[in-house]
Amino acid sequence: MLMFWDKLLMFIDELLANELFVKYSPLMLTVLTLCVIGIVAALILYFVSQKFKVEEDPRIDDVEKMLPGANCGGCGYPGCRGLACALVEQDDISSLYCSVGGADCMKAIAEYLGKAAPIKEPQVATVRCGGTCEKRPRTSTYAGTKSCAIASSVYKGETDCAFGCLGYGDCVEACAFDAIHINPTTGLAEVDADKCTACGACVSACPKGIIELRKKWPKNRAIYVSCVSKDKGPVTMKACKAGCIGCGKCVKVCEFGAITLENNLAFIDSTKCRLCRKCVAECPTGAIKMIGLAPLPPKEKPETKTETK
Amino acid sequence: MKTFPIGGVHPSDNKKWSKTKAIEKMELPDVVTIPLAQHIGAPATAIVAKGDKVKVGQKIAEATGFMSANIHAPISGTVTAVDLQPNGQGLRQMMITIKREDDEWAEGIDLSTDLVKECNLSSSEIIARIKEAGIVGMGGATFPTHVKLSIPEGKSAKILIINGVECEPYLTSDYRTMLERGEQLIVGTRILMKAVSVDKAVIGVENNKPDAVKHLRKLLGKEAKDIVVMPLKTQYPQGGEKQLIAAVTKREVPAPPALPIDVGAVVCNASTAVAVYEAVQKNKPLVERVVTVTGKQVKDTKNLLTRFGTPVSALIEKCGGLPEGDVRVLNGGPMMGRPMSNLTTPVMKGCSGITIISGKEAQRGEPSACIKCAKCVEACPMGLEPYLLAKQAKKKAWEAMEKNDIVSCIECGCCQFTCPANIALLDHVRLGKQTVMGIIRARNMKK
Repeated sequence: MLMFWDKLLMFIDELLANELFVKYSPLMLTVLTLCVIGIVAALILYFVSQKFKVEEDPRIDDVEKMLPGANCGGCGYPGCRGLACALVEQDDISSLYCSVGGADCMKAIAEYLGKAAPIKEPQVATVRCGGTCEKRPRTSTYAGTKSCAIASSVYKGETDCAFGCLGYGDCVEACAFDAIHINPTTGLAEVDADKCTACGACVSACPKGIIELRKKWPKNRAIYVSCVSKDKGPVTMKACKAGCIGCGKCVKVCEFGAITLENNLAFIDSTKCRLCRKCVAECPTGAIKMIGLAPLPPKEKPETKTETK
Repeated sequence: MKTFPIGGVHPSDNKKWSKTKAIEKMELPDVVTIPLAQHIGAPATAIVAKGDKVKVGQKIAEATGFMSANIHAPISGTVTAVDLQPNGQGLRQMMITIKREDDEWAEGIDLSTDLVKECNLSSSEIIARIKEAGIVGMGGATFPTHVKLSIPEGKSAKILIINGVECEPYLTSDYRTMLERGEQLIVGTRILMKAVSVDKAVIGVENNKPDAVKHLRKLLGKEAKDIVVMPLKTQYPQGGEKQLIAAVTKREVPAPPALPIDVGAVVCNASTAVAVYEAVQKNKPLVERVVTVTGKQVKDTKNLLTRFGTPVSALIEKCGGLPEGDVRVLNGGPMMGRPMSNLTTPVMKGCSGITIISGKEAQRGEPSACIKCAKCVEACPMGLEPYLLAKQAKKKAWEAMEKNDIVSCIECGCCQFTCPANIALLDHVRLGKQTVMGIIRARNMKK
């Protein structure tokens, strides 16, 4: 041991006496000092990190990797890691769900964690307003900041309907998946069902509460009341030709009890609806909208029933 | 000359269009619609039903709780409906519709023009009469006056300030009231002084209305020591309650929930003082007010004594009709007034004027980027940082906005008026204020 120290001291002596070192002594001193500081700091850091080490479940990292990483917050947790923590920590994960990853993702995670997979039917955001520029004439001009939240805090909107889509695109801004856009010809928000992950960001961004998460049918088929106006029939009719006037015809024709009428407005419960299309034919204003289905009511029921499975 | 210490802007006052026009009586409308929410607080509850006969001054809706105000029939006739009708913003609200038959007043209301100076009522009796008459702040904020005068325990008022500032450009209703109903205003002021038991009152008037100052001083006489008429340097928004208190007393009202009474001040509008006089001395409830109809393009600008519920379109018709071309109709003045999308909207307790401006004047400039010049910070009379608040509102950072005292904002619009980059600061700030106030209310409800 002594030998080592002797040798080291001799080496330093030689080094200091070296011609080159003398020539560049300020530089060499700096380099040496920095090296010493670095080594000391590294040692402190190492011991501190050992002392205050946080034990984290390694599964959290794995689960986070399995999640889509969109960090949309649609699950109610602050980003994917938040959900990953909850998934690992909670024994019963039936209330947790990542709508972006969908059933496959949740199944894989549940398998990895050895827990029962949460089951949720796939959903899609639906814009419930059919008041296009033709059907709902503009009666005033809004010159303020183009934001739905601001416009709706100022007044009813450019048309006479106080409930309809304003079309300034707060939902477009809220969407992290580029799945909702304002159609320039209709002035309404439209959802691209293939891109929509049902995270619900647009639902909370819409100040009028027009957007709803509804059950997603195969091939993006859908039947819904495309109106949220709670005004009385004549008032709605005057403001918009495509509004629900609360006549109740659809309620009578529905065999599955899926339609309810409240505050002059019909509502189709997407979990009860079987896409039989009877209400669509009955609606006098065309407020009940149908997507991906043939317009005429079908005679054979089995076909629709197989689709529900 | 006194003014408030921080912020403020000086828009051209444009009062010349209507300041020389004496108050005229507006014809009685055939049908009136009276909203149940004409004041801050809970909407009143209707106590009449369809088919009921009412007389002018009869109570038709009762205050719901303390923070609310009674509403009286402005015309006599039959109630034809109590239902939802669109208001100035086009949103449906509960309103009472009355069809006029004659002009028959309820009993006990003194309609003579004699000036009654003596008032032997106690403070609580005065406040009870004011409450019964449904008087609210007529400057525009429509805060129920009886709430303002009911001083909470442990606090005491030291000074009464009568707000005759009328800093909003174009509007002249308070100015005309001060000139033509000065005696009533002074008696009303003395009644209010009695109600809050103070021995000093200040009538604040901006110095762009020198004849109002002169007139009120003449009416008071030299020996009157209790009421002082104080001319103030013209500066917007001096008519704001907190700004006026700062200008007159040099005291700053702390951030909400503190109220003016915390610095010992009670502020009432000049028109409110006249309404108080009528309510206490003449037993006449609040059924009409002076509304200025003005604007550069208006053919015949007027100051009209209008019964509540009269549609705005009737007032405009009386003043020569809607000017041709692209015009905007504002409920109030150009700074704080709200554009109206529906001209059948009735005149309400807080409507001090109808301003018609051209579309060109109303046109906003193309916004450009904020360069942090801090003009808005300089202009903000509440000492806020509008550029920061607007940015936070855009990012939905409500908690940060609350920390930055967004609830102190009085929505005066100085920031937007002064912004050289044409940024719609007030739009965002107002949205943020509404959202934050909603969050605070929800939090208080939970407690």
